[in-house]
Amino acid sequence: MSLDQMKSNKQKKKRNRFIFRTAILAVLVAAVVFALVSHLKEDNGGYKVGDKAPDFKLQQISQNHDAEAIQLSDLEGKGVMLNFWATWCKPCKEEMPYMQELYPEYKDKGIEIVAVSLDGTELVVDRFIDDYGLTFPILHDKTSEVRDLYKVVPLPSTFFINPDGEIQEVVNGALSLESLEGYLQEIQP
Amino acid sequence: MNKVKCECGHVNPEGTVLCEACGKPIEGNQHIDGNEGNKLLNMRYDGTARRSQTYNKSIIDKIWSFFSSVKVGVWLIVIALVASMVGTIFPQEIYIPADAVSRDPAIFYEDRYGILGLIYYQLGFHNLYSSWWYMVLIALIGISLVICSLDRFVPLYKALKRQKAKRHETFLNRQRLYSESEQVTPDDIETVKENLKKQRYKITDENGHILAEKGRFSRWGPYVNHIGLIIILIAAILRTTPLMHTEEYVWVREGQQIVLPGTNGEYYIENKEFIMEVHDENDERFAQAIQQEGVVPSNFQTDIVIYQETNASVPGAEPELEPILEESIQMNKPAKFDRYTLYQSGYQVNEFTNMTFKVHETDDPEESSLGSFTIDLTNPDSIYELDSGFRVQVDQYYPDYILDNGIPTSETNFPRNPAFVLSVYPPESDTPEISFIGIGKNIDATGENEYKVGIEDFELHDVSGLTLRVDFTLPFFILGAAIFMIGVIQGMYWQHRRIWIHPKENGILLAAHTNKNWFGIKKDIEKSIENTPITMARDQQELDE
Repeated sequence: MSLDQMKSNKQKKKRNRFIFRTAILAVLVAAVVFALVSHLKEDNGGYKVGDKAPDFKLQQISQNHDAEAIQLSDLEGKGVMLNFWATWCKPCKEEMPYMQELYPEYKDKGIEIVAVSLDGTELVVDRFIDDYGLTFPILHDKTSEVRDLYKVVPLPSTFFINPDGEIQEVVNGALSLESLEGYLQEIQP
Repeated sequence: MNKVKCECGHVNPEGTVLCEACGKPIEGNQHIDGNEGNKLLNMRYDGTARRSQTYNKSIIDKIWSFFSSVKVGVWLIVIALVASMVGTIFPQEIYIPADAVSRDPAIFYEDRYGILGLIYYQLGFHNLYSSWWYMVLIALIGISLVICSLDRFVPLYKALKRQKAKRHETFLNRQRLYSESEQVTPDDIETVKENLKKQRYKITDENGHILAEKGRFSRWGPYVNHIGLIIILIAAILRTTPLMHTEEYVWVREGQQIVLPGTNGEYYIENKEFIMEVHDENDERFAQAIQQEGVVPSNFQTDIVIYQETNASVPGAEPELEPILEESIQMNKPAKFDRYTLYQSGYQVNEFTNMTFKVHETDDPEESSLGSFTIDLTNPDSIYELDSGFRVQVDQYYPDYILDNGIPTSETNFPRNPAFVLSVYPPESDTPEISFIGIGKNIDATGENEYKVGIEDFELHDVSGLTLRVDFTLPFFILGAAIFMIGVIQGMYWQHRRIWIHPKENGILLAAHTNKNWFGIKKDIEKSIENTPITMARDQQELDE
């Protein structure tokens, strides 16, 4: 074996080693990144800020509103505040008056408040609407299908959806009057 | 460093400590395994070159050599261990007890554990096992495992393949088991060879230089074991994808039909009946348990129907459902459909389905009925017209009544403790009488009511807790664990034993090495040199070092 041959042999070996190591490291790093990304996604469960809000259609049960049913996609072009609540949830009761207070004003500005009740019976919702004098549409998610779709766990949970139908903001927990108004301004068309 | 040509003629890779062929210690490299000044040679990886310890050129090589260090691996494991321990100091977020003042972690930790709890929460330890840095730590251990194994397995494999029977004297006399014999005849050597063969040694004879080897297979144990671990890690990664693993818990009331969470709205479930059976109280097998617990359940069962949505409608809209499965789920007898498995996992008993009330005159001691009505608690009406002309309006309904600071309210959605505010309109009257009625409560708001409402009857239902699971990762875990176990067995129950015989003048040098169980190899040598003048190998381990 000549010196030149040995040298070129060595070069080749080195290159092969480099390729081999790079490949192995790349595979490992890819696996780690995949694990982290899929893990973080699962952590948040449902939809995130920036995602298209998934469409649904539910019966409207409030006597104070004339729609029979509401489909989210029909509201495109308007800002939508999608609120998940229940009559037995205390913080929901606290934020409802704020929603009612701001509703007439922001309705004129092109925002719809859609409150999805997760209660078991319509009666309790009806009584609640009367007590609080709510005029925005109240939808009834009897089978929890929409709750499951949006992966709502804590109540209340609110999705602020911009006129393009994308989720602008997700709030878990009750809103104050100020924070509510701030979010509504964000999704105003 | 350059390739090292040994005096035996073998060309070794850079960084070799002991010549791959003849085992002669290579000058200038002895520091790598700490052989300097020691009588015995460190036989780790047979003195081969772990490449990472010699090259440090490109960034890739540097990363590689970092992860190939066992020291780094051990530290990673120690750090992960400490982190895991920290995670057990206070409960993790999902295990905050249900009876806590607040289940909001921002409040709970400080409230219950004071300043330490606050620090714990602020450092994010309440979600430690799913934090990104914990996952990265585990991932780094995985990377270290792969690279350490590769970096050691390859050179070791090559060295054991290239080893020659003829070994350098220095190699032999620096082995732990070593002896010199002055006068040995070829016949004696033949006897030893035969004896070794009888003990299932593989003999290589190279001009009178003899290598007897057995159980080399055992050296691969750790690497097989690591392959198992890596498969387990891959399974764990797969488990984080919803496609491979989903788990949902769902409560279904008897008679209720709801969407199965986690199926993207494709499947619905109806609970037809929940059944709990108990062992006969006179059953002697359970006599003691029955005495302690009162009853011993023998069966938890939910009869269900699974429906598939056939029209892929917009979520929430009235679905078209087709029953696809009717089954009784029992403990350990789940229902299976599509890729889902549905397990019986919990129950609640005695929720109210409906209640029947009767109206009677307040001062009628007989309480004779002036008409009755039944409220369906899953779907109450707002007004009930009685045949006798009474009209009852449901003003308020509290499915799970409690008093919250004096204000009546419902704690949950579920009719566990139903209570009503009822307005009773007597026939041809527009002035209602208001009553509050619940379980064990019947309050007359004004105290002047002419008519009273009483509970006549009620029906109860049970609730089944079911776990919906998709798990395709289990076979991977089983495979990984099996391979892991094979690796452990391979490394534990076999030993790699080598015995060298090196002719010198009229005698021989005898040396031996094993990776474990030195007692065993000594026995082997004793048996094979029986009735020969060969000196038994002496254990020259430097004990006090």
